[in-house]
Amino acid sequence: MQDPLQASRGEVLVEARGAARAFGAVQALRGVDLQLRRGECVGLVGHNGAGKSTLVNVLCGALAPDRGTLHFAGRAADGAAWSLREARRWGLRCVFQELSLCDNLTLAENMRIAQPQSAEWAWRQRAGAQLMDSLDRIFPGHGLRPDDVVGELPIGKRQLVEVARAFTPGAQSLELMILDEPTSSLDGQAAAQLLAYIRCFVGEGRTCVLITHKLREIFAVTDRLVVMRDGRVVQATPTAETDRERLVTAMGQAVGKDAASEPGAPSTRPAAASGGASAVVQVPGSARHGMAMHAARGEVIGLAGLAGHGQTAMLLALQAAAQHGGKGAARVEGETAFVAGDRQTDGVFTLWSIARNMTVGWLAQLRARSPLLDLKREQAQAQQWRERLGLVTPDMDLPIGSLSGGNQQKVLFARALGSAAPVILMDDPMRGVDVGTKRDVYALIREEARQGRTFVWYTTEFDELHHCDRVYVFCNGRVVGELAGDDISEERVVALSFEDASA
Amino acid sequence: MSAALAPRRSPARRVATLHALLPVAALVLLLAAVFLKQPRAMSYFGINLLLNLAIPVMFATLAQMMVLAVSDLDLSIGPFVSLVACIGATLMPEQPALAVLALAAAVGVYALAGALIEARQLPSIVVTLGLSFVWLGCAVLLLPTPGGTAPEWLRDAMRWRTPLLPLPIWMAIVTAIAGHLLITRSAFGTLVRGLGGNPGAIARAGWNMVRVRAGVYAIAGLFGVCAGLMLVGQATSADANIASRYTLVAIAAAILGGAEFTGGKVSPVGAVIGALTVTLAASFLTFLNIAPDWQVGMQGLILVAVLGLRAAIDLVGGRR
Repeated sequence: MQDPLQASRGEVLVEARGAARAFGAVQALRGVDLQLRRGECVGLVGHNGAGKSTLVNVLCGALAPDRGTLHFAGRAADGAAWSLREARRWGLRCVFQELSLCDNLTLAENMRIAQPQSAEWAWRQRAGAQLMDSLDRIFPGHGLRPDDVVGELPIGKRQLVEVARAFTPGAQSLELMILDEPTSSLDGQAAAQLLAYIRCFVGEGRTCVLITHKLREIFAVTDRLVVMRDGRVVQATPTAETDRERLVTAMGQAVGKDAASEPGAPSTRPAAASGGASAVVQVPGSARHGMAMHAARGEVIGLAGLAGHGQTAMLLALQAAAQHGGKGAARVEGETAFVAGDRQTDGVFTLWSIARNMTVGWLAQLRARSPLLDLKREQAQAQQWRERLGLVTPDMDLPIGSLSGGNQQKVLFARALGSAAPVILMDDPMRGVDVGTKRDVYALIREEARQGRTFVWYTTEFDELHHCDRVYVFCNGRVVGELAGDDISEERVVALSFEDASA
Repeated sequence: MSAALAPRRSPARRVATLHALLPVAALVLLLAAVFLKQPRAMSYFGINLLLNLAIPVMFATLAQMMVLAVSDLDLSIGPFVSLVACIGATLMPEQPALAVLALAAAVGVYALAGALIEARQLPSIVVTLGLSFVWLGCAVLLLPTPGGTAPEWLRDAMRWRTPLLPLPIWMAIVTAIAGHLLITRSAFGTLVRGLGGNPGAIARAGWNMVRVRAGVYAIAGLFGVCAGLMLVGQATSADANIASRYTLVAIAAAILGGAEFTGGKVSPVGAVIGALTVTLAASFLTFLNIAPDWQVGMQGLILVAVLGLRAAIDLVGGRR
């Protein structure tokens, strides 16, 4: 097995040309060209929403590209010919960011369900032995047993199983391994073991794609680096010919700087003292949570950094602090209103009308005069917001599902802004929203801030940070930096969000 | 190595063991109470009489458990068992071939329902609720008024005086072992539990989800057929509503036996014991001379007590 693989070293294994994919109005991939050769480890880097995940999903057959071609080991792998199943059959494996183990099954059983082909009577012993074999090879001293139930293991151990399972050859060949943040929950030792194994893996003539935000790992293992931004590959160089600064610059170059110079930029905010005295939101600094945070009346505060590094948790902590004093040290004066980013799971009530979806956030005001809701006022206010936001709908009583994603998001904004809450928390609300809606909402936020409302705005989009007065950058659940005014730039944010680069 | 690991494993394992023992303890406790109240029941015939009705309930419970294993809920199992009983009492004695065809078609519809639920991502409760009216309608068409006769061989089989232990006990042992092999030990069963635990993982591994779910529903249908035929063999005649209460009884028995609504956590042995317990609870209440009006409520109380104990075990075990 070793020899043919070694002989074909350097041959092109995967080739994507002009791969493009859009989700509604959002162009996630805008024509990506990518070549992966046998026997190399390629690092795929880029900020949130750069298109890495979409590219991986296209490669592994979970998503069909809108345009472009894909070749795997010389064969065309397009359209109907390429699916998750086919990709697996040709030897492509993925370890995804979210775990794909079944919590209720044992390790051996999880091994079995990952191998649709094998079927024999003594499968339990065999699957267990195979998995243990991989675990021993990659993570010596792992301390796991084949009859351990996954749900009873700590998250770090589960990740070991996930990785080891993917690296177990089984009945299918293994040509290309795609690892998406494989070390995110591994401890230092296990991460080092994995990286060492990856070198050994590609040394055998196989191919590995490594996606990680930890630059140290990228430079330690990869042969080549592919940098993505805005759905394009912007840089592809051998790892030896680049360095951290150049990588960070490539990831974070501003495309639409003009957003910053729009009228109504930060200087027009009311004379809110930026000190702690008049702050309506205050979070003291601590070793665990990093620097202190505060927000004054009328300020727009951005929470930046890579996705999932504690920004949403901070918003929820502020919400809890406003509702019942909270257990943490955070302090919020007055009520808060929340604008959800993930519309379908924690935003809209899919069975309700547009008007109801909007007014559900104002119930306290609507029943101010009597215990029953004031329906006339509800209607009138909903109409007002419809005009103010320019909602494109013939009737506010239509179901919310009749609106486009952007217009649904407008409704969620109206729900929060129509309430009396002085502090508005926004959880990356512009996900999958078209440009026109964004411009409307930015203006609205600016106007509301001028009237004294405070916004705490988690965003994964760089352009939006230019609409903020100050920005706190998160990394690993901690606030690692504060940027204000002209200091807010993508380079600075990227530098702060990558732990290694900021050191 | 195992010594170092012992502290990590033991609390979770202990909770799991207690969970498994709970239905057994409930059954033993009920049996003891029954024997204390009616010492004459402690004989071959007594036990046969006491647990006879549990045989069809066992199979209905296994059917429900299959569906629970994939995080679905089957609201049609009761009417389905009724329909099978009606087929058994009308078509079976005179046109056995047609009867077998009808049963096969019914199982096919079950499998189709499973495929539909997966393919269209429909809520199983809605589909099976709709299906339950279809089964009821078919049963009424076949047998508008109570009656019919079960075939001779079926009646004889259910009257069989098995050696050593009474028939219900043998049945319980056989079904428990068969269910355990199917769900807990076989590769297919592992896949089924995996589908209940994390459907995404199964899809990513490249399995045909529609086929798996259809298979689960087909097996549930087969268990339903067993339940219906044995029921009509015992009762010798049928009516369209003969097993309508089975829907809820089967859910109760499966949950009592350790299944969880979150999916992927089921125990066939527990389900069989749960079915015995639920049936025995009804007999016990009759022995206590409790009016039938109150019996349903009392059965509910027994269920609540057992589930309360389970929650208490979790609490003490520190799981929540």
